[in-house]
Amino acid sequence: MTRAIPLEAVLVVAAALFCIGLFGALSRRNLVGVLMGVELMLNSVNINLVAFWRYLEPRFITGPTFAIFIITVAAAEAAVGLAMIIAIYRSWLTVNIDSVDSLKG
Amino acid sequence: MDLLIQIIFGLLSALIIGAAMMVVTVRNVIHAALWLIASFFGVAALYLTLEAEFIAVVQVLVYVGAISILVLFAIMLTRSSEGERLLTQHWWAAAIISLGLFGAVLLPTLVGHHWNLPLPTGPAGTPESLAGVEELGRGFVNEFLIQFEVAGILLTVALIGAIVIAFEERSRRRRVLTLSEEHILRQRQQATATAAQAALVTADAAD
Repeated sequence: MTRAIPLEAVLVVAAALFCIGLFGALSRRNLVGVLMGVELMLNSVNINLVAFWRYLEPRFITGPTFAIFIITVAAAEAAVGLAMIIAIYRSWLTVNIDSVDSLKG
Repeated sequence: MDLLIQIIFGLLSALIIGAAMMVVTVRNVIHAALWLIASFFGVAALYLTLEAEFIAVVQVLVYVGAISILVLFAIMLTRSSEGERLLTQHWWAAAIISLGLFGAVLLPTLVGHHWNLPLPTGPAGTPESLAGVEELGRGFVNEFLIQFEVAGILLTVALIGAIVIAFEERSRRRRVLTLSEEHILRQRQQATATAAQAALVTADAAD
């Protein structure tokens, strides 16, 4: 596996996924779409961690441990974020980010 | 064998990147969520090719099983009427930022950097010794005990917080119509509409 695919290939795939997720999080109008972009970014970071573990330190478990912690944080973030989206929808009756601007100066 | 792995890796990368592109560009939010599930599956398969089986299973369980269902439920509960525009006004700035980050920062760094990879030990063809689930479990109760506990507390707090944020008092709750009530309402609206039309027609005839 490590001979067939260079580390750079995996990292480039993860970087592309991160940039697509960043674009989605910054530009989608729907709040759920923004959250989906954030999930894509967290996924790309996880790919990086697992790849570095596999190529650099395959005998230690630090990489998978980090990946599992990030999955935990992503689950917590998704739960709280979607609860906030539902609360926002209840009071504003919309989930478009440019209509929810009452904190704007 | 190497060629097979490379082909599988190429297909998986195409699946991940293509599905992610569909997630950020497709108009229907439910379709975006389904493409997100496809992307998660691709990432899980990529973990399998990286020989991290446990992470792959966790990915399928947590991301595909829990988070995407949560996203789909949020979409269904918020009945989004997105309007005609899919992206925000300044989407081009976001595109420039992400394309610039990829093309100008990440790609040159990743390709230009010399990675100090350790050489495989032992005779060629023998499988490397990888840290597996057993070491992971031992790590969680020895080295990473504090972090493990903190993660547990984080999950509990997030669960309570999600319930508190999404909770609505009974007095403020809007009544949701059942299907039969909605049907009756629609029939009544149609009846009034046809009556109004009939009145209009008779008025026209009188003229």
